[in-house]
Amino acid sequence: MEGYIHSLESFGAADGPGVRFVVFFQGCPLRCLYCHNPDAWNREEGKVWTTEALMTEILKYRSFIGSGGVTFSGGEPLAQPEFLSSLLSACRKQGLHTAVDTSGGVPLSRCREPVEAADLLLLDIKAFSPELCKRLTGRDGEPAWEILRLREELQKPVWIRHVLVPGLTLDDGELEGLAVALKDFSCVQRVELLPFHKLGEYKWKTLGRAYELYDTPAPSSEEVESARRIFMRRGLSCPERG
Amino acid sequence: MVFKTGSWNRFVDVRDFIVRNYTPYDGDENFLASPTQRTLQLWDKVKVLLGEERARGGVYDIDEHTISTITSHAPGYIDRNLESIVGLQTDAPLKRAIMPFGGIRMVRTSLKAYGREMDPAVERVFSYRKTHNDGVFDVYTEEMRRARHSGIITGLPDAYGRGRIIGDYRRVPLYGVDFLMNAKKQALSDLTFESMDEDCIRQREELSEQLRALQDLKAMAASYGFDISLPAADTKEAIQWLYFGYLAAVKEQNGAAMSLGRVSTFLDIYSERDLREGRYTEEQIQEFVDHFVMKLRLVRFLRTPAYDELFSGDPTWVTESIGGMGTDGRHMVTKMSYRFLHTLTNLGPAPEPNLTVLWSSRLPSPFKRYCAKISIETSSIQYESDSLMRKKFGDDYGIACCVSAMRIGKQMQFFGARANLAKALLYAINGGRDEISGEQVGPELLAVRGSRLEYDDVMKKFHYVCDWLAKLYINTLNCIHYMHDKYCYEKIQMALHDEDILRTEATGIAGLSVVADSLSAIKYAKVTPVRDDRNIIVDFKIEGDYPQFGNNDHRVDDIAVDVVKMFMQKIAKQKTYRGAKPTMSILTITSNVTYGKKTGSTPDGRKHGEPFAPGANPMHGRDHNGCVASMMSVARLPYDYSEDGISYTFSIVPGALGGSSEDRKDNLVQLLEGYMHEGGHHINVNVLDREVLLDAMDHPEKYPQLTIRVSGYAVNFIKLTREQQLDVISRTFHTKM
Repeated sequence: MEGYIHSLESFGAADGPGVRFVVFFQGCPLRCLYCHNPDAWNREEGKVWTTEALMTEILKYRSFIGSGGVTFSGGEPLAQPEFLSSLLSACRKQGLHTAVDTSGGVPLSRCREPVEAADLLLLDIKAFSPELCKRLTGRDGEPAWEILRLREELQKPVWIRHVLVPGLTLDDGELEGLAVALKDFSCVQRVELLPFHKLGEYKWKTLGRAYELYDTPAPSSEEVESARRIFMRRGLSCPERG
Repeated sequence: MVFKTGSWNRFVDVRDFIVRNYTPYDGDENFLASPTQRTLQLWDKVKVLLGEERARGGVYDIDEHTISTITSHAPGYIDRNLESIVGLQTDAPLKRAIMPFGGIRMVRTSLKAYGREMDPAVERVFSYRKTHNDGVFDVYTEEMRRARHSGIITGLPDAYGRGRIIGDYRRVPLYGVDFLMNAKKQALSDLTFESMDEDCIRQREELSEQLRALQDLKAMAASYGFDISLPAADTKEAIQWLYFGYLAAVKEQNGAAMSLGRVSTFLDIYSERDLREGRYTEEQIQEFVDHFVMKLRLVRFLRTPAYDELFSGDPTWVTESIGGMGTDGRHMVTKMSYRFLHTLTNLGPAPEPNLTVLWSSRLPSPFKRYCAKISIETSSIQYESDSLMRKKFGDDYGIACCVSAMRIGKQMQFFGARANLAKALLYAINGGRDEISGEQVGPELLAVRGSRLEYDDVMKKFHYVCDWLAKLYINTLNCIHYMHDKYCYEKIQMALHDEDILRTEATGIAGLSVVADSLSAIKYAKVTPVRDDRNIIVDFKIEGDYPQFGNNDHRVDDIAVDVVKMFMQKIAKQKTYRGAKPTMSILTITSNVTYGKKTGSTPDGRKHGEPFAPGANPMHGRDHNGCVASMMSVARLPYDYSEDGISYTFSIVPGALGGSSEDRKDNLVQLLEGYMHEGGHHINVNVLDREVLLDAMDHPEKYPQLTIRVSGYAVNFIKLTREQQLDVISRTFHTKM
């Protein structure tokens, strides 16, 4: 199998449990306003890798990732479902834990196999209300919920991720809605709230794309804390990030 | 309760005592005690003194009248009523002594730099008495002087004490000085041969010097009111006796590195007994350790600004090795291992003592996590692979300076600083002419011709220049160590060694990643030389990409491996002084900045004057695949060919290490496990925000204790020169979040 890869990172400690090798896929169907990897949007700009070559690369790092694993991120890994499936099954054969970090922008009918196969799914819910989601990403976000329902049916773990953007998602009503919707999913092990940051801003400039969030500030630690409490009140685990 | 007996009762054999009596500790840090009131009061006084030292430009005071010896100064105290461990180098804290036997010139320059005058009485002594430095320059050849001047060999201990010798200071408490003197007397009387040749004469003279030093050690302790002729009776005495042994060494020698050895597990045997017998409480024992460590933090030497430029931050390398595994399969972590690391919490972070954890995957898990926690909080620990070193050095070795392992009391090294391999590569390209001065420093050979550098041609020439360099380098070291033994012999440190010891001649290389990347560029890209009007190649144009060291790319990593093997093989062929075994390290301390200044543009794209990477690190900003890939490249370098150590400095921002503090500990442990498993030898761990360092540059007063690790040792960040601070900040910080 072959697929398009944006880059490889030999040390990830923020995308799933333990020390992880991170594979960034190239290509994404969403166009999130706050995207910090806009250089990973177009699939054709990626580098072609075969499953075998990528596995050889991953296995070089076995001494480091034995108790962590491999995370497939992007871009959108589910947008290359066959390639992703072949990697997941190759990792499984090697006894490596796998995590798929997805924005849920691909209809389940196209990506059922990798969604079922991943040991852990890091699922980014962009916004609770479809209107806001559309404004933020260009799509309504329904595929993410389909994916979540399938994982629930399978009883396989999911970590929800949600970016707090002041003026958009950082809104008590939105957050309450999301917390209520999530509380009955027993597959959701934790909710990670990621404060909006501008580390990727320079990439927009480099790419000559219009960036709408120049004036948006990063949320304060009080705002993040109060958002956390909304989820914890509903019995969801929402770890503090120091 | 008496200690279990063994051969240690009959001979000097500290290891035997440790192995028979120590108690491995598998628990966590919860037993540790906070500082006592006395400790806090005393540390407050020390902090005031340290603040004043900074305010006075780095030197608090100098005694320029007294030539320092073991017994030269009256007892000194910080506050006699508060100190549970006593002893200072001079009669007052932070007052620096003059130690001219390494070189009177260095004393003169240092005094001048700090606005003091040479005492005519001292000057008069040295109009009759020769120093090490005088001796070396009597015998240096023209070629050696040129190589030294151009900077292809730098940092040589030819004007100051060579250091990197660890006395077995544990022998003082375990045996008392009388037993040690009797053993030396016996050795002296046994040492007769059919013919009195140079070796025998020298050894007899050295033994006599050692005996005198032991006598002086007793006298110095007596001046503080202690009789150390007999063994120490409890923990407090054991620490005090041991410290007197060390103190005698730092009164006598201003060696480049004055390391402590491996004392914590030894001391634990005393404290376990005292705890069991109710003699001392945990609080009291921690107080002794805290006060001992405070003393180690106050060790000072008078040095020149030129020296500071090479080895910045006033380092003394009071290296203490902690942990490791015994050859019998038990780990050697004890409660005392924790107590030493705990001083970083009780007294706050500090560069000295240079706390070094001998890492093995078999160390108890709570200890590994505790080390990770302290690393994350203080950035003050370095880690070295016990698995690699135990194979070569057994289980009673310690680290001298940064990365040099040696069997304690059984082995010493002739320290040899380092050769600049990046410059050697430029000599190969320029026909042996120096790329900056234009002088013919190296051997005359055909310079590179044509418009493109050819890999095979450059390699052939590089080999030729390295043959020349290896020979010149060892010959230079032979001169230095002959003279050091003659004029500046380390009598107390060697008195705490066996009579028959292994000596190594420890060379080093700088600029490894520059050379590897340069050769890779020549091989995989198109490199065109740029010549100036002297027909010297002073710059290079690079077209195309090439693999760079630090990305776990074997194409270039193997070039680095080959360069290490190549130079070591050339070193190994040379004849050394006193039959020393040649070894090599890949370590720069902070001298990577100075080396860079003295080296022209290189074929990897590095410009004239730009710093090298420290130690075995990849060049700044060239590791693109994350820190694990970078670690893999460094771990690939062969320790068998660089037995004196391979230094790697790793800096990461806290957030990149994980979300929660528990995750960070686990992930750091995992990184260390992986690195060592892949064959990595040494790693400095810094967990810091770049912004903190930037702020500390502008507001040093806010960060008196900010400590960072650089190639093999730790320094107070605010004591670095501005240039070095910028170098540290520009170095790759792993920031992926």
